[in-house]
Amino acid sequence: MAKPILTIKKLTKKYGENVIFHDMDLVVNEGDTIVIIGPSGTGKSTLLRCINLLTIADEGQIWLDDIEITAKSCDEDKVRQHIGMVFQNFLLFNHLTALENVMLGLTKVRHMKPDEAKHKALLELERVGLLDRADHYPGQLSGGQQQRVAIARALAMDPRIMLFDEPTSALDPELIGEVLEVMRKLALEGMTMLVVTHEMGFAREVADRIVFLEKGSIVEEGSPEDLFYHPKHERTREFLWKITELYGKKEKES
Amino acid sequence: MDFMKFLQYIASGTAYTIAVTLVALPSGLLLGILFSILNVYGGKVTQRLTSLYSTIMRGIPPIVLLFILYFIVSGSINLSPFWAGSISLGIVSSAYQMEIVRGAILSVSGGQMMAARAIGMSKNQAIRHVILPQTLRLAIPPWSNEAAIVVKDSSLVYALGVPEILRRAQLISASTQEPFLAYAVAALIYFLLVFITNRLLDALDRRLHIPANP
Repeated sequence: MAKPILTIKKLTKKYGENVIFHDMDLVVNEGDTIVIIGPSGTGKSTLLRCINLLTIADEGQIWLDDIEITAKSCDEDKVRQHIGMVFQNFLLFNHLTALENVMLGLTKVRHMKPDEAKHKALLELERVGLLDRADHYPGQLSGGQQQRVAIARALAMDPRIMLFDEPTSALDPELIGEVLEVMRKLALEGMTMLVVTHEMGFAREVADRIVFLEKGSIVEEGSPEDLFYHPKHERTREFLWKITELYGKKEKES
Repeated sequence: MDFMKFLQYIASGTAYTIAVTLVALPSGLLLGILFSILNVYGGKVTQRLTSLYSTIMRGIPPIVLLFILYFIVSGSINLSPFWAGSISLGIVSSAYQMEIVRGAILSVSGGQMMAARAIGMSKNQAIRHVILPQTLRLAIPPWSNEAAIVVKDSSLVYALGVPEILRRAQLISASTQEPFLAYAVAALIYFLLVFITNRLLDALDRRLHIPANP
């Protein structure tokens, strides 16, 4: 029996009158890779931010393992240590080298000794294939390399789950492959991942489950096989057809 | 009296000018950093208060503020004109420095804060380790402008009787009836001070520059 790492129950987020999503239920089991797809403006990014407590949901609960992280008594800084987040526009610390970017959380948040932190940071950089770029500043790296450093920075905290918010959307087509490759490897290593992406090739190949989100609610969820070949809803079919048409070409190029 | 004597007499006020600047500029910087952080990351109350402070301080001529602050400060505690003047100038400058740092904080963007929070840093840790190191680098060019202004505004403390460059120029001008020479020498010394200050800050800016590909 798979163990749930992340459990979301009846989560609702509004901005004023504008309901971003409502009564959202989602369970992510240990080792799962879940891909969330859906048209823009359906609350995919907001959902990830709510999970990471960067945005506070209006109603509903979120559990990380057995702890309710939406509880008032919960220390949000502690929670975020255990949830890795990768952003669309990388958001590396621009004044620090790749190595220092990965080390910062280890020394300041986990209070590791500098030697120990450096050792671990180098291992994480090796994991994303960027050991030779350790002393480069973000401004000296390509977008793909920056995103891989950002992944290493999140991994260094030994998170229970990794959230990816359209990690390849800001990249030139030829740089997408190297980032997806790292993510594919992570999934194989058994990392639990929740990925918002338009990369259908990745979704089809790597996802254990695909969740199709539209207008703030889950339209359909299931295995890639189910969603791509036997979608239950007409909307799912339409969306997948459109997105494959749009991104399929780009995918081939990369 | 020949030029060298003029130079010697007026230049001996340079130590005061430098001392006033060295008190006013860093104290203004510390207050400016503090107020800008309170303004950007504080609650509604601190945000309003610091904005009000900045608006008022920047809306009044420095010399008027200097007199007001001088009489408040020296009325409550016994301070020499030098200290009262320098601290007052620092307070005047803090409003401008707050705006410089605030602008730099805003241009570092919310993304950096979000990324820092995402790895589990507290707000204070993020400000200290991520926001300020980038902000202060960005602030150097506009800050060197403010540094030049403070060097020049240090001449205002002459009105409180501090024997700095301008005060000495005025005295020697009166006693020798050679105002042009007196003030020209003062102008030259001020110019050199500002010039050197800006060169030093340019060098600092280059030294702290973060490498990036073109």
